[in-house]
Amino acid sequence: MSRRNFLKAGAVAMGLALMAGTALAQDAIKIGLILPMTGPFTSTGKQIAAAAQLYMAQKGTTIAGKKVELIIKDDTGVADVTRRIAQELIVNDKVTAIAGFGLTPLALATAPLATQSKTPMVVMSAATGIITERSPFIVRTSQVVPQIAGPFGEWVAKQGMKRVVTVVTDYGPGHDVEKWFSDVFKANGGQVENLRVPLANPDFSPFLQKVADSKPDALLVFVPSGVGSQFMKQFVERGLDKSGIKLIGTGDVTDDDILNTIGDVALGVVTAHHYSAAHDSPENKAFVEAFKKANNGLRPNFMAVGGYDGMHALYEGLKKTNGAGGEALVEAMKGLAWNSPRGPMSIDKDTRDIIQNVYIRKVEKVGNELFNIEFATIPNVKDPSKAK
Amino acid sequence: MPGTPTEIATRHLAETSRWKPLEFAFWLVAFGAIWLLPSHHLILNEIIITALFAMSLDLILGYAGIASLGHAAFFGFGAYFAGIFAIRVIGDPLTGLILATLASGALGFITSFLVLRGVDLARLMVTLGVALVLGEIANKMTWLTGGADGLQGVMMGPVLGLFEFDLYGRTAYVYSLVVTFLLFLLARRIVVSPFGLSLRTIRDNPLRARAIGIPVNRRLIAVYTLAAAYAGAAGALLAQTTQFVSLDVIALHRSADVLLMLVIGGTGYLYGGFAGAIVFKVLQDVISNWTPQYWTFWIGLILVILVLIGRERMNHRVAVLWARLRGKPEPRPRTIVGGH
Repeated sequence: MSRRNFLKAGAVAMGLALMAGTALAQDAIKIGLILPMTGPFTSTGKQIAAAAQLYMAQKGTTIAGKKVELIIKDDTGVADVTRRIAQELIVNDKVTAIAGFGLTPLALATAPLATQSKTPMVVMSAATGIITERSPFIVRTSQVVPQIAGPFGEWVAKQGMKRVVTVVTDYGPGHDVEKWFSDVFKANGGQVENLRVPLANPDFSPFLQKVADSKPDALLVFVPSGVGSQFMKQFVERGLDKSGIKLIGTGDVTDDDILNTIGDVALGVVTAHHYSAAHDSPENKAFVEAFKKANNGLRPNFMAVGGYDGMHALYEGLKKTNGAGGEALVEAMKGLAWNSPRGPMSIDKDTRDIIQNVYIRKVEKVGNELFNIEFATIPNVKDPSKAK
Repeated sequence: MPGTPTEIATRHLAETSRWKPLEFAFWLVAFGAIWLLPSHHLILNEIIITALFAMSLDLILGYAGIASLGHAAFFGFGAYFAGIFAIRVIGDPLTGLILATLASGALGFITSFLVLRGVDLARLMVTLGVALVLGEIANKMTWLTGGADGLQGVMMGPVLGLFEFDLYGRTAYVYSLVVTFLLFLLARRIVVSPFGLSLRTIRDNPLRARAIGIPVNRRLIAVYTLAAAYAGAAGALLAQTTQFVSLDVIALHRSADVLLMLVIGGTGYLYGGFAGAIVFKVLQDVISNWTPQYWTFWIGLILVILVLIGRERMNHRVAVLWARLRGKPEPRPRTIVGGH
């Protein structure tokens, strides 16, 4: 091939690629959903993708006369891949918004892109406080760790408990839970002892022995959900459940997705969280039923509800902007309020973060299944790390 | 053409160092992709960086016979060094790249003494251990590395003061490609030199190499340092072009993936890393677009088939076909240098 022909072929190929790109961009509203669909965080991705698809199946795929298209991509939970996929979705697929983001570093890696390309970014899972401050284009529909752990500390103190030992996994979210729970609990007159277990080697026996020796009123635990069952089994095996030490935690430990596999050792564990599949409302009943039906009996968990509400925020925003994206879409999503399956929630118009109820629940048996049954509500909690 | 041993050796070196048509074709396509595949620069950038990383492992695995399960230690160190340098000192990519490369090389030099201590299995453990230790340090030094949240706020200046990193990844790809090409040229020169030949002798029979007077330990230290510097350069490129560093740059799966790529592409001829990176990343991209949930199943299946059929045999088929097309006698089956 001569140089001239080569250049010609190149020019034609480039032209075709550009044309294909622009032609598609005008016809559809594309939403890029980036999730860990393989690797250790597969269940996060699976739940969110299923919920987003369910939302679209229920609410239709047309907004302002344009077709809504969902592009699901697997980032394997690795930050630079997340960023590259987001970049490809923005420049090649010309998506109107990006969504998903299973873990904090994945969201943080992508945040500067959202700012640079003015693409709205809906965080459906990652829960560290700082995320929404990293780009004015980020809206969150999952949870913020301090939002759950802080009020829980206050509630536990009000139950008359004086001494609590915390056992958290030694990584970002664990530190957040430890800090926010401890600070608030101490401010309310409690005493706290902090223990950290390594992420890689979850042998809890030395830690549980320490807890048994110090005999606190309660033991607060935060570990990745898969490890939670192991922790509870050892807790029961050592007879700590009969020693009068109450086992408490954030709802991640009694995740709806795996609660039944944890088994009866989880009975009686008290947790604080924003969503339970057993939440008593018509919206949630319909959601759980439809979700199970579409997914082979899989029970939705808090990840699923984050994905479902993320799609709702995008849909309602897009309806207001007639399908336009960019800053207009972010503006349209600010201040949205609705009745989600989790209960009433809204998007804070100042911080673009989520405002929602935090529920105190206890694991109980209903029929043959275990559920987190809510028995107290702390209404409309803002992220305390931003409330200044 | 017999001759004195020196003449034979010189002739052999000259023969192996000659550029083959396929090599020209490969780099022509790689540079042509700058204009031909404008919408794929981002994945191409990731591929070329991974290929450079795989090539650095090939330098020690394929040429010196050092199996490593912790090569990501240097990749990650380079990435963090470049990222932190950009935040704390200056955002010029080239300065950061050069310093990150040198620093990773220094780290490789220091840890090479540990690697010399054992043979295969012990080396696997030592390299793995070094990577784990560094990973934990990066995790703990939150004030410097950002810990589990990742290193944020990396802002890179334009390359050479002229080319800004753009959203389409064009500058990123060209930058990574040029750096990789230059490093490749250097590596290629090194492996066909007498030094490279002595490495291969050590790989095939360290006892004998020692007996004929090759300073085995010094050679291994040298190549390990070089490979560490290369891996560090790859890490620095990743940090600079994605402007973000997270703990998984140093994770076990990075070391394992790159080993896998060499299994796919073959060791001991420098292109194995490139072939492996291209096959692995393209398959991953294509299959995961088609089925984001189950692509690992298909990749696994393809790998099993690949190993069952045998890469040497496939390469031989291609060679036979190529010879027939050119009307030359069929080559004898030959194992790739480094295949055990």
